[in-house]
Amino acid sequence: MTRSARRTRRMLQVTGAGAAALLALSACSSSSDSSDASSSPKSGSSASSSPKLSGTVTVFAAASLKESFTTLGTEFEKEHPGTKVSFNFAGSDSLAASITGGAPADVFAAASPKTMAIVTDKKDAVGTPATFVRNQLEIATLPGNPDKVSSLKDLTKSGLKVVLCDKTVPCGAAAQKALDASILKLTPVSYEQDVKSALTKVELKEADAAVVYRTDVKAAGDKVEGVEFPESAKAINDYPIVLLKNAPNAEAAKAFIALVQSAEGSKVLTEAGFLKP
Amino acid sequence: MTRLDPSDTAPDTLVGGPRRGRVRRPGVPLPLLLPALAGLAFLLLPLIALLLRAPWRTLPDQLTGPEVWQALKLSLVSATAATAVSLVLGVPLAWLLARTDFPGRGLVRALVTLPLVLPPVVGGVALLLALGRNGVVGRWLNAWFGITLPFTTAGVVVAEAFVAMPFLVISVEGTLRAADPRYEEAATTLGASRFTAFRRVTLPLIAPGIAAGAVLAWARALGEFGATITFAGNFPGRTQTMPLAVYLALQNDPEAAIALSLVLLAVSIAVLAGLRDRWMTAS
Repeated sequence: MTRSARRTRRMLQVTGAGAAALLALSACSSSSDSSDASSSPKSGSSASSSPKLSGTVTVFAAASLKESFTTLGTEFEKEHPGTKVSFNFAGSDSLAASITGGAPADVFAAASPKTMAIVTDKKDAVGTPATFVRNQLEIATLPGNPDKVSSLKDLTKSGLKVVLCDKTVPCGAAAQKALDASILKLTPVSYEQDVKSALTKVELKEADAAVVYRTDVKAAGDKVEGVEFPESAKAINDYPIVLLKNAPNAEAAKAFIALVQSAEGSKVLTEAGFLKP
Repeated sequence: MTRLDPSDTAPDTLVGGPRRGRVRRPGVPLPLLLPALAGLAFLLLPLIALLLRAPWRTLPDQLTGPEVWQALKLSLVSATAATAVSLVLGVPLAWLLARTDFPGRGLVRALVTLPLVLPPVVGGVALLLALGRNGVVGRWLNAWFGITLPFTTAGVVVAEAFVAMPFLVISVEGTLRAADPRYEEAATTLGASRFTAFRRVTLPLIAPGIAAGAVLAWARALGEFGATITFAGNFPGRTQTMPLAVYLALQNDPEAAIALSLVLLAVSIAVLAGLRDRWMTAS
């Protein structure tokens, strides 16, 4: 009898470990950066009664916001001692997919209204998303601009290796819009899966030029040189931000959104190269 | 791995073992059965979900687009080319590891298998730094011969061969170790050169192992994503293989992504099922 009892107990341990492994796996699949979110106190209701903010704010933000939002997160933690801002930076599409899939996030900042619509259509957001910045395209060339690129048309020169973002991601859709507006036909060597990988190909000197965001050129420092082009005005991306319905820490999340929209937040964002809405 | 060894005694025990077991039929211990079933479900569930969620009604439309065939054709051609590269370079490498003794062989073997565990994206970055237009070796390829690998179909083959070749090397090396070297020695004492002995004696002896390794390498190359998109980029008809097409379709058209995944799944199953019984089990 004792043996069978021991056997079942051991079996429970085994299946328990298996279940834990499965849970860990599924947690990993949603996001890697938000892993601290699970350790945050579930203080949604208690925090609303007290004016003092606490706990972790989990922010899902477009990859292009990485530098400026990280700065704002540090700022927020300084202003509200006891809080922690945890970021998950990725492509807006995949972030939207994890939010509609039930990822525990408080705030969503997307790189395009289209990706934001994925979340609002599923009624996972509170209220209407607010546009807080806009981003414009720029041509990234090799340092010193050896190919003398000065316009979008110059990119169609033969022998020039140009990479674009794929049309399925926001930066690619914007680039296509700018090309269509100027009736140019551009055959790139590659349609990259996101704006950062397009930029990387130029940073590594594998491509001669890429059409990316102004903010990315700025963040890359002197590894690339930026060339502005007038057609980019026809393809400006709006960045919306919203509080999520199932936010575990709604009060602190509201305060973070307020910081992003404040004069202070706008200063950090414009310094990174974003335009005011 | 032991299944790959064409040793003489193994098949007998394999046949004899289960038959005797079937008569007595010992009960399967529950602590083994439950995790085993959970493991089976864990591996199969995603594939079943793919079948359940497949847009069967619109599937014909999804799959008749020229891009799909372009991507599938490129996948099949590049995976086959990568397997060929792996065979030409990998079989001699496996022979070197299995049949010769040199200092640091253990380290070399570990390094050879590194791409197995390396994240493919890291492999892609490493390939860019080595063979890219501005890479350590690629710079000279470009300056001397005007060859640049990134953004070309050849680049896809290179990326796929990089991640697939270790599978072949491991498989062939295992087979070589199990094969009796005395046949080769006999051949050399009868006057054959070492290369002739390898060609006429060793190769036929280890053919099943080579075939198994080639199938593994081909399947791995077919599914390659990270190194390809990092090193070769993504351009329809030139570097866009099926996994890349699936990933990008997922960004804005999940149904198309499911449809493309089904094609890749069907091709992989067909090849693995068709060849497994023939090559993977020693006869």
